[in-house]
Amino acid sequence: MSENTHEHGDPIAEIKKVTIILSVLTIIELILGFWMIGITSEGLRLAIKGTIVILMLAKAFYIVAYFMHLKHELKNLIMTIVVPLALFIWFITAFLSDGNSFRNLRNTYDPHFKAQSEIKVEKKAEGTHATEEKEGKSEPTETKKD
Amino acid sequence: MSNVTTASTKEAKWWNGGKSPFDVEYGKVMMWYFLMSDAFTFGAFLIAYGTVRFSTNGWPNPNEVFKSYPFAGEGTNAPLVFVSIMTFILIISSVTMVLAVHAGKMMDKKGVVRNMIFTIIGGIAFLSCQAWEWNHLHHEGAWWGMNPFINADGTASTTNFTNFFFTITGFHGFHVFSGVVINIIMLIMTLLNKFEQRGHYLMIEKAGLYWHFVDLVWVFVFTCFYLL
Repeated sequence: MSENTHEHGDPIAEIKKVTIILSVLTIIELILGFWMIGITSEGLRLAIKGTIVILMLAKAFYIVAYFMHLKHELKNLIMTIVVPLALFIWFITAFLSDGNSFRNLRNTYDPHFKAQSEIKVEKKAEGTHATEEKEGKSEPTETKKD
Repeated sequence: MSNVTTASTKEAKWWNGGKSPFDVEYGKVMMWYFLMSDAFTFGAFLIAYGTVRFSTNGWPNPNEVFKSYPFAGEGTNAPLVFVSIMTFILIISSVTMVLAVHAGKMMDKKGVVRNMIFTIIGGIAFLSCQAWEWNHLHHEGAWWGMNPFINADGTASTTNFTNFFFTITGFHGFHVFSGVVINIIMLIMTLLNKFEQRGHYLMIEKAGLYWHFVDLVWVFVFTCFYLL
């Protein structure tokens, strides 16, 4: 082993610390998740979702850095792994905004799509399918095997 | 080369030859590269899910879909409870895996065996939870191409929700399953003294990388499907 991968502090203490951090982050995520159930305000929901995503990234960092030991590898290896993953920034931005734009375009220019997505359906008992209820006007579809 | 270059070796010229720029074993570098490609596969799945969700007006409420747990009655309403148990099972099994890797570095065979057994039990427990959940959802009428859950705003939903859910959790579950198989093989090799003979437990470290990756993916899957 070279001087760069030498033992850093007490490994067991580090494992304990990271375990506690991961558990606490998960518990905070769950608390936010429970809290969000009763909230209807779109803005607040979005803020909570953003917080959950940040906590998720923090958890990912702790798993990769400490459990997978990447933080204690040479910088060369760290860069080889982390730099290509930066593609995800573009990947997520481009695709999610494309999805959002597609919805806006359809809502604006496709009256059928908009009308379809505004029809309220009743919550049926177990075993019925929402897709059938959508075309509820035609009776035979109700009995049709799917 | 003149003594100019030799004088500046303090600045570690990693790529000038004669050195190992990554200073890890070949198999470990390759495991990292494999995990990177796997990260892009899962990333593609999850981003596809996000894109479709962003392009749709309504989406089922996860708290209405995932609200049950084993041995619970018909009308149970306990969102997030079962999935948080699954999440903790995977985190704990990840911790025992780190402990196994650490024991391997210390050449402590007993420690490796003990922690590998815990990790395998954790993996099997997670798979059992997932099997129960899939079975439960299937009984409620959810499957690929079938979605009994209406959107959160009370409008009719499409089958996108169930298609993505079963595909992505299924793909992750398959990774957990292969991780358990790899861990069992590692346990058998440890018990057969294979690593004692080699003089190192690097294989445990590589299996550990894979297992942590499975936990890492669950962090994202759990957040995207159950929380957001």
